[in-house]
Amino acid sequence: MFGYYLTLGLRSLRRHSVLTALMVFGIALGIAASMTSLTVFYLMGSDPIPWKSDRLHVVQLDNWDINEGFDPNPDILPDALTYLDATALMAASKADKQAAMYKVVLPVQPDNPEVKPFLSLARATGSDFFGLFDTPFKYGSGWDKSVDEQHGRVTVLTQPINEKLFGGADSTGKRVKFDGIEYTVVGVLDTWRPRVKYYDVSNGALNEPEEAFIPFTTAIELQMGSAGNNNCFKNSEPGWEGYLRSDCIWIQFWAQLDTPAKLADYKAFLDAYIGEQKKLGRFERPLRSKLPNVTQWLEEQKVVSSDVEIQVGLSFAFLLVCLVNTVGLLLAKFMRKSGEIGLRRALGASRGQLFLQHLVEAGVVGVTGGLVGLLLTWLGLLGVRALYSEFKAVAQLDWVMVATTLVLSIVAAMLAGLFPTWRACRVQPAAQLKTQ
Amino acid sequence: MEIRPILSALMRSKVSLVLIGLQIALTLAIVCNSLFIISERAALMQRPSGINEADTFTVSSIGFGEGFDDARTFAEDLAMMRSLPGVVDATTINAIPMSNGGWSEGLSLTQEQKTSTAPTAIYFVDDHGLNTLGAQLIAGRDFRPDEVSERNRTTQGWPAGVIMSRALGEKLWPGQAALGKQVYLDTEKPPVTIIGVVDRLQSPWPHSKRLAEFSILVPQQLVGDGRMRYLVRTAPGQRDALMKQIEAKLGEINHSRIVREARSIERIRGEGYSQDRAMMIILTIVIAALLIITALGIVGMASFWVTQRTKQIGTRRALGATRGMILRYFLTENFVITTLGLAIGAAMAYGFNVWLIQNYEAARLPWYYVPAGCVALWILGQLAVLGPARRASRVPPAMATRSV
Repeated sequence: MFGYYLTLGLRSLRRHSVLTALMVFGIALGIAASMTSLTVFYLMGSDPIPWKSDRLHVVQLDNWDINEGFDPNPDILPDALTYLDATALMAASKADKQAAMYKVVLPVQPDNPEVKPFLSLARATGSDFFGLFDTPFKYGSGWDKSVDEQHGRVTVLTQPINEKLFGGADSTGKRVKFDGIEYTVVGVLDTWRPRVKYYDVSNGALNEPEEAFIPFTTAIELQMGSAGNNNCFKNSEPGWEGYLRSDCIWIQFWAQLDTPAKLADYKAFLDAYIGEQKKLGRFERPLRSKLPNVTQWLEEQKVVSSDVEIQVGLSFAFLLVCLVNTVGLLLAKFMRKSGEIGLRRALGASRGQLFLQHLVEAGVVGVTGGLVGLLLTWLGLLGVRALYSEFKAVAQLDWVMVATTLVLSIVAAMLAGLFPTWRACRVQPAAQLKTQ
Repeated sequence: MEIRPILSALMRSKVSLVLIGLQIALTLAIVCNSLFIISERAALMQRPSGINEADTFTVSSIGFGEGFDDARTFAEDLAMMRSLPGVVDATTINAIPMSNGGWSEGLSLTQEQKTSTAPTAIYFVDDHGLNTLGAQLIAGRDFRPDEVSERNRTTQGWPAGVIMSRALGEKLWPGQAALGKQVYLDTEKPPVTIIGVVDRLQSPWPHSKRLAEFSILVPQQLVGDGRMRYLVRTAPGQRDALMKQIEAKLGEINHSRIVREARSIERIRGEGYSQDRAMMIILTIVIAALLIITALGIVGMASFWVTQRTKQIGTRRALGATRGMILRYFLTENFVITTLGLAIGAAMAYGFNVWLIQNYEAARLPWYYVPAGCVALWILGQLAVLGPARRASRVPPAMATRSV
């Protein structure tokens, strides 16, 4: 029966090809607009590390100015730590895994005189970094804790820079020169491109990860300043040592806490730490600390921009217009067929059968609209990538979204078809036949 | 006028009326709000930065290795650049307007106050800074060569005299001249004196609500970390050629450094506002697509009605209605439906605007957007219905005698 309805539907659609094209085009456009914006919204807002995002926590301590909070919104605490606090928390080592980190700029001097020196962004961090974020290794591994203690001159490279320096070969054990100092390569990461650079969202949450990793303690010893944000509410004492003792915040600190009990313990530990520091004259504001997990952190940092949210809202309003449009056109089409429907009723077709037949016809419009819409979505995402250069990783067709597109378009067309179908089935056979 | 029969005919097909009306209502709401967002972004992007953008570019370098001498490199580089034919002037600078990266400080009027009066962007430049930027000095004077000092990690306090943007002066001392006034960049140190005021100088953060127009020029060169950034102004039309030339020459002067980020200020402006540009383009596409869909929808529905009423049209023609009357009938009908839709749409437009205000700190929709949108949609509706209506007017009176 379904096959027969399909044939009938296709025939009817072909008969009014302009009207059909109009309906398909309308649905496709609405679907494309909403799916393009929804894909960006979904990929930006989706959990970048779903298997452990609830166990990874950012440490936030309110060390800010007693007279003026870090943000006009009192619930927003400083988004980074001071060197004093980051090193104290590292020394206490109360979490399952923990790492302090900041971004640095490194001049890279290749051995090969043919390759010109170039600049590279690197992350100075602790040995736990790789375990915290489950970074995949292609060669070698991270460094161990003893390297942190000894300020070892070692580095973990990412694929792009390993490609540039060593042609992509296994470079573990080889040496690279950053800013006049030699480092030994201990590991090379496999492709690692979190959609959102959640471990440090400042200076562009959609940027790629840094190209190399070096020990935090080494970077401090070599007096490398932060290439990321640095916020101070008062002047620090002169020199590098003075800066390290200051209340300036520039270090991200992540802790892995495997159970809710450990999270509660860690929170208590932080509050006790602030209490101790208060006795030393720091932390003059009311005692506040926070441990947002990955998803809470991305939300607080407003990774999904308001422009993207407005675009989602607008595009769904646009889809609604397209659907209303399709309802109207389908209604017109089905009402035009009143005579034919009356005839079929008179020949014994039940209302249920007619209902099914017209729903199939609406479904065909939906499927076609969905497929065309998918093509337009792909074009739309291409356009979004051209407009927003940093959206490369979040403006991609993704399986969940492709499935959503198709389901959405069929459901939309069925919904749009429901009312016209119902109206068509109420056609009185006698009345229709009489007018013929 | 033949409104009464139109209304009673419409009442017999309420569903179609509701559908077209709803479509027009939503279209009005979306178009008005989108146009408003577009115009706001355009206004944002059109604000002048206060500097010469057409002929300026920036280039930076990072020195590496032991014994890299920042101060000497600065002197050599600047001498080289200023001597090149076509270069108007060059300065060291730490940040570029509209680039979204820079140095900011709080300003206090008294030493005792606990919170600052206003935030400001800090531009460290030398005595060529003002000329290179091309900012317009409206009071006071430029820096003298002997006022320029070095600033490194151990430097405390601030130089005695600074130049300020007019907007910042008005914020600090409303209704008074800023020239000669004193303000604290550091309340534990002596204040700085305003020796000059420029008409306009945007900060590196044009989207900041707090300090987009607040800037201070400080006569210092940042040394000690091997990083240097220059701003160069050239004669008109020579920017791109000189940018390449200077980038190459900087590398030749000193081999132990990496020269990078040679970019024109026009490009920095483009990148600084790329989000707004993208939003404007996307909304323009949405508006265009929406108007097309709505117009096609009206055409489709009107065609359907014309077909359905062919016999009635024929009857009316047979009873003496002219072609013009039939045409007018469909145009009037569309006008009535559109008007009903627009009435609902006006309410929706304001509702949408309220949602934007509550969630995204948007501004209130100016009053004229909705009336202008209504006029546009009336015209759109009339144009869309014109084709089907003309077809209706050509229905021959003999149609009354035939069966459909």
